[in-house]
Amino acid sequence: MFSFIVRRIAVAIPTLLILILISFVLMFAAPGGPFTNERPLPEAVMNNVMERYGLDDPYPVQMFNYVKNIVLHFDFGPSFQYRDRTVNDVIAQGFPVTLTYGFWSFVVAIGVGVSLGVAAAIRHNSWLDYLAVGISIGAQVLPNFVMAPILLLVFTLWLGWLPGGGWNGGQWNYVIMPVIALSTSYMASIARITRSSMLEVLNSGFIRTAKAKGLPMRRIIWRHALKPAMLPVLSYLGPAFVAMITGSVVVDVYFSTGGIGQFFVNSAFNRDYSVIMGITILVGALTILFNLLVDIAYAWIDPKIRY
Amino acid sequence: MVLPDKATADGLVQAAHLAEVRGRSLWADARIRFFRNKAAVGALIVLTLVAIFAFFGGFIAQYERDFVDFALMGANQTQGVPSIETGHYFGTDSSGRDLYARTVQGTRISLLVGIVGAGVAVIVGTLYGAVAGYFGGRIDSIMMRTVDVLMSIPFMFVLILMLVIFGRSILMLFIGIGLISWLDMARIARGQTLTIKNKEFVEAAVATGVAPMMIILRHIVPNLLGIVIVYATLLVPGMIITESFISFLGLGVQEPNTSLGALISAGASQMQYGVIWQLLFPLFFFIITLFAFFFVGDGLRDALDPKDR
Repeated sequence: MFSFIVRRIAVAIPTLLILILISFVLMFAAPGGPFTNERPLPEAVMNNVMERYGLDDPYPVQMFNYVKNIVLHFDFGPSFQYRDRTVNDVIAQGFPVTLTYGFWSFVVAIGVGVSLGVAAAIRHNSWLDYLAVGISIGAQVLPNFVMAPILLLVFTLWLGWLPGGGWNGGQWNYVIMPVIALSTSYMASIARITRSSMLEVLNSGFIRTAKAKGLPMRRIIWRHALKPAMLPVLSYLGPAFVAMITGSVVVDVYFSTGGIGQFFVNSAFNRDYSVIMGITILVGALTILFNLLVDIAYAWIDPKIRY
Repeated sequence: MVLPDKATADGLVQAAHLAEVRGRSLWADARIRFFRNKAAVGALIVLTLVAIFAFFGGFIAQYERDFVDFALMGANQTQGVPSIETGHYFGTDSSGRDLYARTVQGTRISLLVGIVGAGVAVIVGTLYGAVAGYFGGRIDSIMMRTVDVLMSIPFMFVLILMLVIFGRSILMLFIGIGLISWLDMARIARGQTLTIKNKEFVEAAVATGVAPMMIILRHIVPNLLGIVIVYATLLVPGMIITESFISFLGLGVQEPNTSLGALISAGASQMQYGVIWQLLFPLFFFIITLFAFFFVGDGLRDALDPKDR
């Protein structure tokens, strides 16, 4: 187990470095620098600005310093567009919000998705099964940027039940719509995966044995069937995390929740390279970390898995 | 030797003609299976209609997609209502532009992005996967590890970074989407290649001295085609969603061009003024296109990949 974790981490670190490398190569390949404007700066000013942000160093040195500062001081450097703001400020302001509704959307997606999938598998070919399959097909064509306007239309404009945007310190009625918009699509995937793996488990030999020895159905499902059926769901959590963090961009922009996505898109419009890069790298690191945890959990639950 | 008399011989020939059954290829089998699937055929018809709408719908549009009717600007709530008489079949948007012409163009761009993305996935992914699978060993593990690494990067963020750095244009979007789309396909193609490369006909080709790349192109890739077509069809909606996602944020297709994502975004920002059609028309085309692709893909999977049932 220990050597597995070490080997898995040994893969995770180069992945992160490649991500940083890709970001840097993209930035160096950019025509013009971050300070190229329609009205060019005088050369002396330009040189000072480049020196201030360390952009006159050779590329490898720049990259090394960047990584060093992140690793040693958790410092993503200054924003290129706002002098009074660093990338760390942006992260500190936006990330708690993103992680709050991201966490709840995970809870909702897993809770609803797994119960729907299990219910559909137990009542195979009943109306409940068809309902679950119908929902999971329907949710495929309702990505978060379609869900968000529809929710707003129904719950804010027509029914007037929920506020149309903002965060308000994470008060529940401000959190509901972002969470639903974000969780729908991977809730559907979780339901579909749970249903098919549960069906497979319920048809296997050890469940038949459990039935034969007269265990009540409730106990069979909770004690015996659920754990093996959850393994494919567990391995789906990595992609689900990517979907969540990507979708948070739409949620932030649409509901003005003030999470990391809002800063990301604003910086994209302002060409604020350092903020975009900082967020990309941090999100990448989180994704890689999350995948690592999922893999370790997987190996811990199912000792047959080793790679 | 006893020769059969003429009548018997004629009878035999006739019987042989009767018994002659036209052979059916695997493709013909698959076609029959596909056309038996009502949902898939229905979806294919819908898809054809959407494509006709996207590529020929512009001929009946009364206005250019970027023609701004200043009389209607800001008054679309009252005067830009969808109607046949004014020629604005789908109404107008807040700038007084004809929504019908814009929906036609948006659908076309979304379809093109989906098809180009899937096309890149088919060409690059299939070759990459086939090469990795065929050569095996260290080449395989290096190539597939690279795919694993690229897959664990949240690509939407890198794509937006690219769009910011190299400028927001359709071309950049095509390149960016093409760059990710082949990863899944490479995995699928590799898995299939591993089973194909041990078949006798590959062995025969090796024994007769065919060069490895030639074996991949002539013997492996044609046998991957079925599964590749299935997954390419299922990739298209993913590509359309990716493009719409970026255009929804305003980072994708730029004015005066538009795509379904950009139209949905514009419609969503206007809906509180009672111009619900501005959201509903693009949304309708978006949803039916995705639905149709999913069902066609499902039908193709049942038809071409019978073991997956």
